[in-house]
Amino acid sequence: MSEDREFSSSRRRFLGGAAVATGALATGKLVHAQAASPDPLITELQPWQQYLGDGVDARPYGMPSQYEAHVVRRNVEWLTADTVSSVNFTPLHEMEGIITPNGLAFERHHSGIAEIDPGLHRLMINGLVDKPLVFTMEDLMRFPRENRTYFLECAANTGMEWRGAQLNGCQFTHGMIHNVVYTGVPLRLLLEEAGVKTSAAWVLPEGADASAMTRSIPLDKALDDCLVATHMNGERLRPEQGYPIRLVVPGWEGNMWVKWLRRIEVGDQPWHHREETSKYTDLLEDGNARRFTWVMDAKSVITNPSPQAPITHGPGPTVITGVAWSGRGTIPRVDVSLDGGMNWHVARMSGPSLDKSMHRFYYEFDWDGAPLLLQSRAHDSTGYVQPTKEMLRQLRGENSIYHNNGIQTWAIDETGRAENVEVG
Amino acid sequence: SREGGYGLGRAALPEEIAAWDIDIRPDGQGLPVGSGDVWTGEELYVTLCSSCHGDFGEAVGRWPMLSGGFGTLDAEDPVKTVGSYWPYISTVWDYVHRAMPYGAAQTLTDDEVYAITAYLLYLNNVVDDDFELSNETFAEVALTNEGGFFMDDRDDVEIPEFSQEPCMSDCAENIEITMRAAVLDVTPETEEETVEQAAVTEEDAPEAPAGPDP
Repeated sequence: MSEDREFSSSRRRFLGGAAVATGALATGKLVHAQAASPDPLITELQPWQQYLGDGVDARPYGMPSQYEAHVVRRNVEWLTADTVSSVNFTPLHEMEGIITPNGLAFERHHSGIAEIDPGLHRLMINGLVDKPLVFTMEDLMRFPRENRTYFLECAANTGMEWRGAQLNGCQFTHGMIHNVVYTGVPLRLLLEEAGVKTSAAWVLPEGADASAMTRSIPLDKALDDCLVATHMNGERLRPEQGYPIRLVVPGWEGNMWVKWLRRIEVGDQPWHHREETSKYTDLLEDGNARRFTWVMDAKSVITNPSPQAPITHGPGPTVITGVAWSGRGTIPRVDVSLDGGMNWHVARMSGPSLDKSMHRFYYEFDWDGAPLLLQSRAHDSTGYVQPTKEMLRQLRGENSIYHNNGIQTWAIDETGRAENVEVG
Repeated sequence: SREGGYGLGRAALPEEIAAWDIDIRPDGQGLPVGSGDVWTGEELYVTLCSSCHGDFGEAVGRWPMLSGGFGTLDAEDPVKTVGSYWPYISTVWDYVHRAMPYGAAQTLTDDEVYAITAYLLYLNNVVDDDFELSNETFAEVALTNEGGFFMDDRDDVEIPEFSQEPCMSDCAENIEITMRAAVLDVTPETEEETVEQAAVTEEDAPEAPAGPDP
């Protein structure tokens, strides 16, 4: 893996005396600070050093530290008419690695969270099949299961930014996304159990909630890598993520990942339902609209520093980090710019590189305290390079709402404060 | 997969399929026998729909507009409604039947859905006020923007352009900030700040921030 290669080469540099001299010493950053007086946090006994803490029976289902209480999903009130057909945002700026904790994974409902007793839930397969079938959740757990890590990105993620910089924080501009390990039954096995007729070309998953969400999905995709998931990150799905089962449609827009999945119809034509005509169609400048824009293109964002996570430590060693993903494959490379796209540096990838999953990147540098214009640019395994917002607008105009994967810019001022900006 | 399958699940009964298989297609597949006229639809609409969608589909507050917006799709601010944007009336029938009224889904009879759909067509100048929509007249009406959609063409139009080796150094003559989010100031603050600033924020409410419009 490239990470290991980078590590061993930097170790060689470290062991070679010349590299040390031209590296850290040359910039003078090895001069460590000196405390004026002893630190009472060290010289005085703290309560947690003396008194007993909670026992193992105090937290049967553990929660984060009270000091992390600000790390929560957030709602943007003005976005939608109410909170029931609405969306909230994953706090990307507070996260590391590639896995989204279940309690922080953004939510998007069209008629609120359906609370379903799994004993009362059924999955039906009907339409162009030999044997229409009904499954209980117990039945589903008897099929072979798979574990896969995928990102789920709302088609509208970054949609508020089409006309320019609007929301000040990557949680709000890029937080309609999560990345978890799904456990589920390949949809192919369920369709094969029912016996798909030769005339079949499409499937229609449908949710059990009051919006009865439906989307037309080509049969090829359904037979390829779609999962009927029961678990996320090792535990049962959260109610807000479709408990007891949801559809997983790797690399494709989040709307298609039907939650509280109750039925899959097999047909020979797409259904052109509300969520693929009125919504999730992309209006272009000439008044015509793209339909069936399923794949989420390569995208990235710097999560730190960012407007909600300014630089507070002053000049010197500074870590830039962020996430990148592509619905078409893996992310072998991310470039980072400190000057608004004038010059680029290849970032360091760290952690697993999985198909249609989030990837974590880092770029470490010595900040001299001058203003910065930070950008990241993802390359995916097909050779696609994340475009600028302007490149996208040239082709699509400003009214397509969905699929905004343009390069994000954060302006950092002398104090380390970060702001969502556009550059040109 | 296993030869012959796993033998899991059981056969779905016809009554069960009938209860859940409610989807309608543009070619009319799935439409039940039934009918409803514009005036019956108006009465139902005023009672059940207008408190959110307005008496004439013009919408109340941020709830979806159902009528109007003709000729705006290539304008700076397009207004996408059943009449101006939706391609098929089957989608109206299907969606009203499956998910409306919001908060009381699947409470309308088939005839009521025909009537409300007829009224929505009337509000959008698609039919006259004496029109009766039924499973038989369904095929006679078409929405104006049916031809306004085309299959995702990113593979041809965008992928080649965005798959070039990118510039790495000295990529522009000059780069300047052209727009700032802080100027707009529509981002939610932390909870404490929101309470303190509530009065101010309401007065300075942004004109019309662009959202995903669910």
